[in-house]
Amino acid sequence: MIDKTVPTADAAVAGIADGATVMIGGFGGAGQPDELIDALIARGATDLVIVNNNAGNGETGLAALLKAGRVRKVICSFPRQPDSQVFNALYRAGQIELELVPQGSLAERIRAGGAGIGAFFTPTGYGTLLAEGKETRLIQGRPHVLEYPIRADFALIKAYRGDRWGNLVYRKSARNFGPLMAMAARTTVAQVHEVVAPGDLDPEAVVTPGIFVHRVLRIAETRLAGSAKEGALPGDGHHHET
Amino acid sequence: MKLSRDAMAARVARDIPEGAYVNLGIGLPTLVANHLPPGREIFLHSENGVLGMGPAPPPGEEDADLINAGRQPVTLLPGGCYFHHADSFAMMRGGHLDICVLGAFQVSATGDLANWHTGAPGAIPAVGGAMDLAIGAKRVLVMMEHHTKTGESKIVPRCSYPLTGIGCVHRIYTDLAVIDVNQDGLQVVDMVLGLSFERLQQLTAAPLLAPRGA
Repeated sequence: MIDKTVPTADAAVAGIADGATVMIGGFGGAGQPDELIDALIARGATDLVIVNNNAGNGETGLAALLKAGRVRKVICSFPRQPDSQVFNALYRAGQIELELVPQGSLAERIRAGGAGIGAFFTPTGYGTLLAEGKETRLIQGRPHVLEYPIRADFALIKAYRGDRWGNLVYRKSARNFGPLMAMAARTTVAQVHEVVAPGDLDPEAVVTPGIFVHRVLRIAETRLAGSAKEGALPGDGHHHET
Repeated sequence: MKLSRDAMAARVARDIPEGAYVNLGIGLPTLVANHLPPGREIFLHSENGVLGMGPAPPPGEEDADLINAGRQPVTLLPGGCYFHHADSFAMMRGGHLDICVLGAFQVSATGDLANWHTGAPGAIPAVGGAMDLAIGAKRVLVMMEHHTKTGESKIVPRCSYPLTGIGCVHRIYTDLAVIDVNQDGLQVVDMVLGLSFERLQQLTAAPLLAPRGA
């Protein structure tokens, strides 16, 4: 029997070594796998390259990982936020490397990494600082910039429901980078609010097929403000059985 | 004489037709949503994977999993949907959005946009989805004050700040005027009441073309 569920957060992040590239899902707090990040901090791996849309908010989650001095480089699109003081201080002190990527190019580079694409041309960023040193080409009269894929050793993502085969559905705008990062890592770890039996997720509504997911960790108490008011959620097979 | 931020937002909202797929940038452009007439069906897109975005929820009904690009809690209208980031940016980069409204530090005489980075020493650069919107939306509208806090014109012959996109702006809405970026130059469309074209030109660092029929 194939069972990708793992019993503990420690088991979920096992194998993340010093120097690893780790994708972390989320857009601000939505979709950020806080418990997996805490486990990564506890694990102690250092010299990490982190791929995330942001560079940490407040003092918890990704910001705590940065504050613990575990991150060599951040690849992201929007590090500067009202509460990004941890990253700001490290950056100004020259203690962290930043690769700034336009958000759509970040998403597409991750997608390309998972989809086996060698590189792609995009019009985004042409003529700007963020295209400096990159190959360009005029395609159908329009200038484009060559962007390379991003792959990772691990992806830590947050979904809403999963099954032991690793099929996932997400919740609202917490989906964001999860489905892309799931494809682009050698080992993808998903924390989910609920683990259901195979077949209970509506196959028409599965967002991330289990082939992309290697470990599933149930974190039932994760923050879900307002969820009690919801009716049927996508992929909730229980509502389709009758 | 100058338009308030809400009056600017109302002016932009007037130009957004029914059925348009629209992305409102963070900051000033977000105000436009408050001025869209209730009867007009407009699809608001949020880069973090929401189409059919509704207004802020009542206090106490915020959902941490449903936020806009500025990380503020929002709602979903009936018929709205969620999708991942690659699909969201396909909508933006792929020319599917009819309109985006962006804030700006500077717009040049040829429609270059600078809105992501001052380039100042110690400044933390952050770009987000600005470059994708700038090159991807069918119409790129900029909404900004005509002058900086220190009184410099934000409409300039050439941008001095790092660029977001080249020649990408179609129309500029300021607290003084609405200006189209045309092939032959910056064409004034309308001005606040009581402002003459000559005065507007004095207040603007780039050359302007007088309103047609004025």
